[in-house]
Amino acid sequence: MSVETVAPAEADASARPMDLLRFATAGSVDDGKSTLIGRLLYDTKSLFSDQLAAVEAVSAARGDEYTNLALLTDGLRAEREQGITIDVAYRYFATPRRKFIIADTPGHIQYTRNMVTGASTADLALILVDARKGLVEQSRRHAFLCSLLRVPHLVLCVNKMDLVDWSQEVFERIADEFTAFAAKLDVPDLTVVPISALRGDNIVSRSENMPWYEGPSLLHHLERVHIASDRNLVDVRFPVQYVIRPQSTTVTDYRGYAGQVASGVLKPGDEVMVLPSGFTSRIAAVETADGPVDEAFPPMSVTVRLTDEIDISRGDMICRPNNAPMVAQDIEAMVCWMDESRPLQVGGRYAIKHTTRSARTIVRELHYRLDVNSLHRDETAGELKLNEIGRVRLRTTVPLLADEYRRNRTTGGFVIIDEATNRTVGAGMIVEAG
Amino acid sequence: MTSPAAYQVSHLDALEAESIFVMREVVAEMERPVLLFSGGKDSIVMLRLAQKAFAPANIPFPVMHVDTGHNFPEVLDYRDQRVAELGLQLIVASVPEALNRGMVRESADGMRNRIQTPVLLDAVEKHRFDALFGGARRDEEKARAKERVFSFRDEFGQWDPKNQRPELWSLYNGRHHPGESIRVFPLSNWTELDVWHYIARERIPLPSIYYAHEREVIERDGMFYAVNEFFRARAGEQPFKAQVRYRTVGDASCTAAVRSDADTVEKVIEEVAATRITERGATRGDDRVSEAAMEDRKREGYF
Ligand SMILES: Nc1nc2c(ncn2[C@@H]2O[C@H](COP(=O)(O)OP(=O)(O)O)[C@@H](O)[C@H]2O)c(=O)[nH]1
Ligand SMILES: [Mg+2]
Repeated sequence: MSVETVAPAEADASARPMDLLRFATAGSVDDGKSTLIGRLLYDTKSLFSDQLAAVEAVSAARGDEYTNLALLTDGLRAEREQGITIDVAYRYFATPRRKFIIADTPGHIQYTRNMVTGASTADLALILVDARKGLVEQSRRHAFLCSLLRVPHLVLCVNKMDLVDWSQEVFERIADEFTAFAAKLDVPDLTVVPISALRGDNIVSRSENMPWYEGPSLLHHLERVHIASDRNLVDVRFPVQYVIRPQSTTVTDYRGYAGQVASGVLKPGDEVMVLPSGFTSRIAAVETADGPVDEAFPPMSVTVRLTDEIDISRGDMICRPNNAPMVAQDIEAMVCWMDESRPLQVGGRYAIKHTTRSARTIVRELHYRLDVNSLHRDETAGELKLNEIGRVRLRTTVPLLADEYRRNRTTGGFVIIDEATNRTVGAGMIVEAG
Repeated sequence: MTSPAAYQVSHLDALEAESIFVMREVVAEMERPVLLFSGGKDSIVMLRLAQKAFAPANIPFPVMHVDTGHNFPEVLDYRDQRVAELGLQLIVASVPEALNRGMVRESADGMRNRIQTPVLLDAVEKHRFDALFGGARRDEEKARAKERVFSFRDEFGQWDPKNQRPELWSLYNGRHHPGESIRVFPLSNWTELDVWHYIARERIPLPSIYYAHEREVIERDGMFYAVNEFFRARAGEQPFKAQVRYRTVGDASCTAAVRSDADTVEKVIEEVAATRITERGATRGDDRVSEAAMEDRKREGYF
């Protein structure tokens, strides 16, 4: 891979290659999520005329009074028939500055499961509220889930400003209330924008209807929000994915450890430690198919070669001798349960997938179930049902090489798999390990 | 320490890194992967990513072409040349052969899109493949927009959109019972434009029909179809010569061309960036059947 290093901020912006921002959208039904997404796609010319024509035709046939942009994202037959959104849909648009991936998470059913899924990879989450209604229970839940998943940037869009006479007072009341709530959740970066998704106010350019608002338009913010520092460039974590050993007559004695850098910066010459063995060595080279590189950092996929022949296989982790993850079989974690058929139960046995490691696990304890609306902890809870979140203690068959999720989203997150059905039934975020 | 800004990667590098990660996961965890290679641009890009993922070793899996028998000769030549260069094993799952054996029957409209599926599933069973790399992208079609990167298929190869495994972080669940399989889409997050930018950056050669050329076509339902042995003009359709290129390459009997003067990769990028019609909308007769044509085919085990 040819890494194009980005010019410093003061340099000409046009020389800067496009980067990638992933964001998730959240909002209660009818807050205007589909309208906003449709507007973003339309105004960035990412909506195609045949898509629009198809949506218009279906809308007209169903007798909708307006072109229902929700049909753009509601791609499945059952969704269109029932007028609901079932699953996370991914949408794409780009401006000259950035490519955007939207995880559009529906609000009707399975909400927590979908939002947790969308938020797990998001750099930013966009929460919508209806200016007439202000914050509702769901807005708080959305904010909580974003903070649980450690989404680094949060944007609250106060929508339908046209229906409250573009009132500064209404906007500020909602913004203040939300800001106070977010402060309790330890949200790292919050921006609040008054918009009208329907009319396009403050979406691409600043609205003339709200001269009192001095912040950026939504798209301006999405294009410029600084995400480079969100990555952990301090703790070297390189989960070994696959060992490359060519069986060839031209390349002999080659042994390379392939993987994607989870965090930190790896350089040739660096002293490294391999876990769980604890052996140390040095990086001989960091390679890609396009040749060696001087440094590797997230999210690069590279191949690392070491100066010593040590026994390393998939699931091992390359780190630094003085900065290593925990090597632990007892894991304290927040778990979101995602299976409708069987709840998580104390004593339950499951498969677990963490970085490139797989293990089996048993649920030793369920400390409490969290009410995502009130944040109340129910310590009497005996199980976690679909869409419920709780704090658990797990014991694993082999040690995990783990960090706290709040410090490292890659080495701190795991999924739980039902060994009988092979379904992914839970998502976990490590709180501490010992 | 250098500032974080210095450690930024472009969107193409980020997409490439993600796709390589996905391909390595499959090879590390699955028993018998295969890459579906049609000679179309997405599968060509996928093959390049596979080269990169395992270099300096060879690509550690075979490729399979589901051959409808309605091919563009340029694409078949390209396929054979690429396979030879990379020293790959090519498996051809042939629809004409399946027709001869009586395994499938020609559909009334002569389109072979639907009858590809049993032929594909038959080959999967015969070779006991448990992971199939496909070049589908989520921006192509609204059912695809909801499909996972690791898409579970039951023993009949069927996709159940309402029963998909949640996919979090970069943790992909490829577990399956014998007979079941996983379709893997490493290009899920790429758009048509990303694919073209990557082809330009990597200087990847393509079959010539992706670039503007003169061809005898007829116009049907607003699309331009090449007149050839698989596609006959109907009464009243007047063949004429036009400058066209293909945006997608599928079965030659239902893939249409678009009018274009873009004869270089740079011009194609300009054209794709300015176009207001989706790739499949402009070129695929098979998607026009109904609102849910793609979803229905996927449920039956289509790519
Ligand atoms: N007046 C006004 N109506 C809006 C605005 N945004 C959305 N709506 C309307 O609110 C309704 C619900 O919008 P929709 O986008 O489907 O909401 P979703 O359920 O969150 O996806 C529709 O009738 C929209 O036209 C806005 O900014 N102003
Ligand atoms: Mg909606």
